[in-house]
Amino acid sequence: MAEFEPKIVAFLCNWCAYAGADLAGVSRMQYPSNLRTVRVMCSGRVDPAFVVKALKEGCDGVLVAG
Amino acid sequence: MDKCIACGACTKKCPGKKPDEYNEGIISRKAIYVPYPQAVPLKYAIDPEICLYLQKGKCGTCKKVCPTGAINYDDKEEQVTLKVGSVIVTAGFKAFNPAKLDQYQHGTLPNVVTSLEFERYLSAGGPTAGHIKRPSDGKEPRKIAWLQCVGSRDINKCDNEYCSSVCCMYAIKEAVIAREHLGKDCRPAIFFMDLRSHGKEFEKYYNRAKADGVRFIRSRVHSITEIDQSGTLDLRYVTESGDIMNETFDMVVLSIGMEAPDSIMDLAGTLGIELNQYHFVKTDDLSPVATSKPGIYVAGVAQGCKDIPQSVMEASAAACSAGISLARARGSLVREKIFPPEKQITGQEPRIGVFVCNCGVNIGGIADVPAVVEYAKTLPGVTYAEENLFSCSQDTQDKMVEVIREQNLNRVVVAACTPRTHEPLFQETLRNANLNPYLFEMANIRNQCTWVHSDNKEIATRKAKNLVSMSVSRARLLEAVPALSVNVDKSALVVGGGVAGMTAALSLANQGFPATIVEKTEELGGAARDIHKTWQGQDVQKFLKDLISKVENHPDINVMINAEITGASGFVGNFETMIAAGGNTSIVRHGATIIATGGQASETDEYLLGKNPNVTRWHDLEHNPDKLKKAESVVFIQCVGSRDEKRPYCSRICCTASIKQAILAKDLNPGADVYVLYRDIRTFGDREVLYKEARNKGVIFIRYSLENKPVVQEVEGGLEVLVFDPVLQKKLAIQADLVNLATAIVPHDNEKLASLYKLSMNEDKFFMEAHAKLRPVDFATDGLFLCGLAHYPKPIEENIAQAMAAASRAATILSKPSIQVSPLVSQINAEKCIGCGLCVSICPFGAIELEEIEGKGKRAKNISASCKGCGLCASSCPQKAIDMLHFRDEQIVAAVIAAA
Repeated sequence: MAEFEPKIVAFLCNWCAYAGADLAGVSRMQYPSNLRTVRVMCSGRVDPAFVVKALKEGCDGVLVAG
Repeated sequence: MDKCIACGACTKKCPGKKPDEYNEGIISRKAIYVPYPQAVPLKYAIDPEICLYLQKGKCGTCKKVCPTGAINYDDKEEQVTLKVGSVIVTAGFKAFNPAKLDQYQHGTLPNVVTSLEFERYLSAGGPTAGHIKRPSDGKEPRKIAWLQCVGSRDINKCDNEYCSSVCCMYAIKEAVIAREHLGKDCRPAIFFMDLRSHGKEFEKYYNRAKADGVRFIRSRVHSITEIDQSGTLDLRYVTESGDIMNETFDMVVLSIGMEAPDSIMDLAGTLGIELNQYHFVKTDDLSPVATSKPGIYVAGVAQGCKDIPQSVMEASAAACSAGISLARARGSLVREKIFPPEKQITGQEPRIGVFVCNCGVNIGGIADVPAVVEYAKTLPGVTYAEENLFSCSQDTQDKMVEVIREQNLNRVVVAACTPRTHEPLFQETLRNANLNPYLFEMANIRNQCTWVHSDNKEIATRKAKNLVSMSVSRARLLEAVPALSVNVDKSALVVGGGVAGMTAALSLANQGFPATIVEKTEELGGAARDIHKTWQGQDVQKFLKDLISKVENHPDINVMINAEITGASGFVGNFETMIAAGGNTSIVRHGATIIATGGQASETDEYLLGKNPNVTRWHDLEHNPDKLKKAESVVFIQCVGSRDEKRPYCSRICCTASIKQAILAKDLNPGADVYVLYRDIRTFGDREVLYKEARNKGVIFIRYSLENKPVVQEVEGGLEVLVFDPVLQKKLAIQADLVNLATAIVPHDNEKLASLYKLSMNEDKFFMEAHAKLRPVDFATDGLFLCGLAHYPKPIEENIAQAMAAASRAATILSKPSIQVSPLVSQINAEKCIGCGLCVSICPFGAIELEEIEGKGKRAKNISASCKGCGLCASSCPQKAIDMLHFRDEQIVAAVIAAA
């Protein structure tokens, strides 16, 4: 069996965490490819229902950063 | 430069090397380089000094590998002549070079670093990716010492007698972050003379650092020696009580100060402006950003040592000064861009076009772009997909407009770099193609995909496909969002008629924007009525009289005295304020609001104030300097009601004010005994010279601690002050004719105003700015600005600068007939809303209010102009009655489903 690869949805605030993820790219930092970013205008936009929805759809983890 | 896409192919192959200035020489950089990662514009530059091609005509590698032909070796520095009406000097500073202080052995001992070098070690983008390693052996240090005042407050080994103002706070910050990085067994220690945390919220940060395990040692370190092969350092120092101590550290950080930049001499000569004795630009306390030459202004450290908030305020103040002198020319060079009309797409099936960018080799060299294009074509709603070498290039943009029209596309997805830099560009392309800009979505397959998974092409391709699928899913549900603009009432309301309020009003009126001043007392002047001289000796009362006269005689300023604000409504550009004055209530309409409600010296029941006539407060003495003449022994007690449990902040002005009075006491009566009982002397910046002058004149400074406060008691023949002297290690009894208390500066009661305009205050009841550094005079709510003592205690020169800054910020709104605001706002479904008001209380911007709907009760209503689109209301609404335009629940969920 292939090694477990989690699917992680990341809700990133446009003004900070998303910019940070961009800067990681500019700095060519390498990290695992399991993250899928959903850009929001503020981490306050993240309705708890989105987190539940992501897990229900089969995601293994949710990251909210802002 | 237009062609460079910052892909970095050039730098990878470049053979030229040199120590990287931005990283303090800790690592090297190439001859073709970006000075620092956040550079704007993000473009590569060639350093001609080490470029092999420019030096020897050999190499030329960068030109060969550049995918866009952006390398031009013939680019030369050129002289440009600009015709301008005003000049603002923001030449900054030079960090002090500690090499000349041999006792610290910077450059000799590897583990002695400067604060700027340490800053690079802490940075995630720095040479060690944020891992703190000591230079000698790469090991994590456990014990780190910071030595303060390196190149500041020192006339022994260097000529900088001034305080650099910022080093105490940055040292605390570095110590706290080092401890966060290294864990609880990291033991930072800060060796200091006076801890100067005199800014807003600084004292709390200092207290928190102490509680978190940062040690503060009051001593100037005598010498540093290396004691073993691994580079461990021994510090020898003397404590306040005279004991000689030794302690070993793994690493030592020198908190280096600031100096005027080398270039300032030439610049000052060219511009014809005067410098002070430290080579900072000379200004005067009562016109703090004006240089000696009319029309030339200054901001930031070029004027004197200061921190970021103060520099930003001065920058706005300098812009205000330029705005006043150029008021008649405002807007005369503006050209407006006209777009073709927008096509209606409501009800149409999605016809999505996907453009996948190769970004040269940045994306295409890693992900399989043709495969991503083919995959995109299979996604529901996609009617067109293509790849571009560079989606952002002008020719591709033009072609994109054609494709959108030909293919009748009604949604566009660009899979490329990041929306943070390129979304506005592509949105403009959509507008040129008759589409609403919000029918656009970006998939970030470079910064967040190929650049971070460059070692695995297969994985990068798979992720790129998935990111495109997420964007397409979201794009299917995108709607046109109409632009939002609001008309502006081109006048301002200024609350408070002190120096700050009057300066703000005058600064606006002098640019042609009418202002109304609301003053609650019967006269203008505020707290400045208690001050006679600025710290540099300028006459405040004369200035105040002139200012009041200018304000009262200005045709565009309306002054309302004995006036109170009883109601407020509206939003940026369109405020309505109810003002009660003289028994009548009137309504004033205004486009911007400036809050300058001021502050005052507090009362105290400590130290016999009010019980003995010879115990006074500092401004009582300002009014009555004769008292000093007669006294043979004067005691000043500092921090009365400041920096304690009740008011854990520093009042910023009292050290300078008391020392000024102590000098005056000595000048009036050189034989008098003058004592200043203090906790830390905080004569920041050039004010340090006053401290030195006072000591030269024989003023005696005795430090006391919060746990062991002085005691004032009445004895026969006068007053006696008991205080423990930590240098003599003895309790002293001082006979005093006069005891003067530096009582804390407190804001006026602002509760009502805060609730009317929905403004936030900090724990100490000072108003809160939107961002301490980046927006120091803005409130979080648009159109409201802050200045003066209502923000934090500060000397008059800073109040004036801050008031001009507030006026400058207000002018950015008042100068336009209407302002564009982001249309990405909340949308309330009145049918679902139950009027619970949760959204109203949670909104940080005052952008939702409850409105009475007849027969239904209260319902939430959005004030679009104030809304920042954060979506807190939407995610909190228990009824799901609120949704965000362009970030609707279903749009976000669609992306989540595609990701899963």
